[in-house]
Amino acid sequence: MPVSSISASAKTPVPRSVKDLRLGESGTICCLQDPEMALKLLEMGCIPGTQVRMNSRAPLGCPITLVVGNEDYTLSLRVSEAATILLKD
Amino acid sequence: MARASLITDSTGAAASALTLEALRDVPPRSPRTLTRIALIGNPNSGKSSLFNQLTGLNQKVGNFPGVTVDRKTGISQLTAQHRAEIIDLPGTYSLYPKSLDEKVITDLLYDRTSEQYPDFVVVTVDASNIRRNLLLFTQLADLGLPAVLALNMMDVAEQHGIQIDISALQQELGVPIIPMNARKGVGIAALKIVMARQLGAPTKGFFSPSDDLLPMLRQIRYYFDLHNDYLALHYAHQFRQISFLTPDDRAYIQELVEKYDFQPTARQAQETIDRYARINDILLNTVTVTRTEQNEPYSNRIDKVLTHKVWGYLIFFGVLFLMFQAVFAWASYPMELIDEGVTWINQLVQTNFDGPLVSLLTEGVLAGLGGVLIFIPQIALLFAFIAVLEETGYMARVTFMMDCIMRKFGLNGKSVVPLISGVACAVPAIMSARTIENWKDRIITIFVTPLMSCSARIPVYTVLIALVVPPTKVLGIFNLQGFALMGLYLLGFFAAIFSALALKLLLRTQNKSYFIMEFPVYRWPRWKNVGITIVEKVKTFVFQAGKVIVAISVILWVLASYGPGDSLARAESRVRATAAQQQLTPTETDIRIASEKLENSYAGLFGHLLEPAIRPLGFDWKIGIALITSFAAREVFVGTISTIYSVGQDADMRTVQQKLAAEKDENGQPFFTPARAFSLLVFYVFAMQCMSTLAVVYRETKGWKWPLLQLLYMTGLAYVSSLIVYQVFK
Repeated sequence: MPVSSISASAKTPVPRSVKDLRLGESGTICCLQDPEMALKLLEMGCIPGTQVRMNSRAPLGCPITLVVGNEDYTLSLRVSEAATILLKD
Repeated sequence: MARASLITDSTGAAASALTLEALRDVPPRSPRTLTRIALIGNPNSGKSSLFNQLTGLNQKVGNFPGVTVDRKTGISQLTAQHRAEIIDLPGTYSLYPKSLDEKVITDLLYDRTSEQYPDFVVVTVDASNIRRNLLLFTQLADLGLPAVLALNMMDVAEQHGIQIDISALQQELGVPIIPMNARKGVGIAALKIVMARQLGAPTKGFFSPSDDLLPMLRQIRYYFDLHNDYLALHYAHQFRQISFLTPDDRAYIQELVEKYDFQPTARQAQETIDRYARINDILLNTVTVTRTEQNEPYSNRIDKVLTHKVWGYLIFFGVLFLMFQAVFAWASYPMELIDEGVTWINQLVQTNFDGPLVSLLTEGVLAGLGGVLIFIPQIALLFAFIAVLEETGYMARVTFMMDCIMRKFGLNGKSVVPLISGVACAVPAIMSARTIENWKDRIITIFVTPLMSCSARIPVYTVLIALVVPPTKVLGIFNLQGFALMGLYLLGFFAAIFSALALKLLLRTQNKSYFIMEFPVYRWPRWKNVGITIVEKVKTFVFQAGKVIVAISVILWVLASYGPGDSLARAESRVRATAAQQQLTPTETDIRIASEKLENSYAGLFGHLLEPAIRPLGFDWKIGIALITSFAAREVFVGTISTIYSVGQDADMRTVQQKLAAEKDENGQPFFTPARAFSLLVFYVFAMQCMSTLAVVYRETKGWKWPLLQLLYMTGLAYVSSLIVYQVFK
């Protein structure tokens, strides 16, 4: 995976991000927008190409939990953080 | 080779025969030297359970230099002749630190010349989540550290349908692997045997820095005499944070980094991606996952209830209520016992011994010790709850449900526990803020928790409210005094919330705050871990905060029992002379002597000195004395007030309230007007007035900066608020 895929190209018209996933819906990570946060997300297994599934939302709408990969590892993160994870079409 | 099955015997000998076979030609370590072993792993990988299994109660809590991280070490008897010192490092997902806590790991592992440098590391890996856990392991292996892999939580992996070919994985990773279930003690014996051997550096590498970096890395490597390129790469990434580098060292690396245009963020991202690719390759051949409906995570089903928008909060508030009851009500019985015990010993000393030191021993040292011991029941109970919440994984859900609200005020989802516990007592509450990983959130929580009205304020509140608020019924059922009391609690609560908001805007941090964290699966608590947590928390409080409490207690005792020159002796003879004239009973005489002595002591002197400063708040020197003595603990206010207001009053005035009500000002009007009483109440809502809280903040933040700032802030807030109340309402 080339490093350039970490930063999204600015031209894409409003790409869908993980925060837009409906409950139970899955998506494949395309790229991570925030370079600093990307370091943390990558370490947590959110590698471009990995499948994630929206698992639950906190009662007040944020944070959310995701199931990362095809193992049952659940990651919780804030909606603002999820918004930096863009999805492939 | 057959797939290794889960071991079921508690010795773990059967399954680890494989491992031991591979190690047969490895010589045992010389038994005389104390091996130094570091325990490292992801959060939730069962590292604490393993540490507890290895060391039992042989644990010591110290400090890492310069940071607020507890350094937990313990001695483990590995074999009959061989003992090792185990150091428990903070949980981390990688060797690139994201928080101040994680920095202690890199500081420890980068400096081979340090005396603290471990002989080898035991890496705990959660078998049910092996991909992400191996990231840290591959980094450690590439640093060239001899390592043992403790493949933990095999039971969970099996439930999730994950099968691991241990021997194949051992081949791929190049280090001994011990399958285990640390919570149940499975595999511990095998691990100990391997730990007692002389381990070489790992034989496999997982990542090599790309060739274009080598010119820079080799310069760093040879300049600092490092043993491999990967360590040099970490120097290039983290030279600003590595504590043992000198400014010259940093300047040297800085120059190289600029010269070669080193892009740390992109490089680090690429490294992580490459490592995952490598790990995926390894796992392809060693791990199979069989998904069935049955092993669909039960945690998700539990979460449907426990994080439900109605039930979730109801259950959470139920848990909080129970915790609050425990610290507030259940703890009061052992606390009374401790109180009575200390009083009994005090009397025993006083009746059997005589001399000037007896008073120091009883009223200074023993009273101070009592002041330390009295907190043990509350600390033990609160941490019993917290340990269970952490052990079961419920704490992560608490954070999850509360983060949205609390974050608006600069707090963390986990701040709820300290804040609510603070209503019982700030001391255990502040200790419980330790569960908040983020430094800024933790400091803010610690800072504002003492503003919550604790139980020691209740005596002050009730005496003063009863004095000026009539017990009128409002709306038929509500008592006006009750309203006043609730108002004071709310005042403290809002002060805490808004102070947090202000601090959020004021505090600057180098490290970004992320919420990104693993959502652990639900598990039954291990009572042994709960027990060890309680013992450890009580020990740290008694031995570390306790010193400060006893010291301040002795100082306060000196202030209240000595005066300049022979002023106390003269005060006593003066009272005796008038008492003889007025034919007072011995009890009345004693009360007057106590009162006169207090007025003429250093505390009295300071009270008088303080008067000009506190007069605008409506306070006189008598209240000044009470403010000084009640610094030991707020409830002392009532006792001091009772002693000092005894002068010139009839002996039949028994209660403090009657004494206060009878107090007249210079015009013969009641001294305690509503304005004065409310000014004093507001002062007690906000003012720090608690040496134990100061001591525990000192211990938790590892320095005097925060406790002193807190003292200044709270006293300032109290002063200004009281000033406004008194000036507006007088």
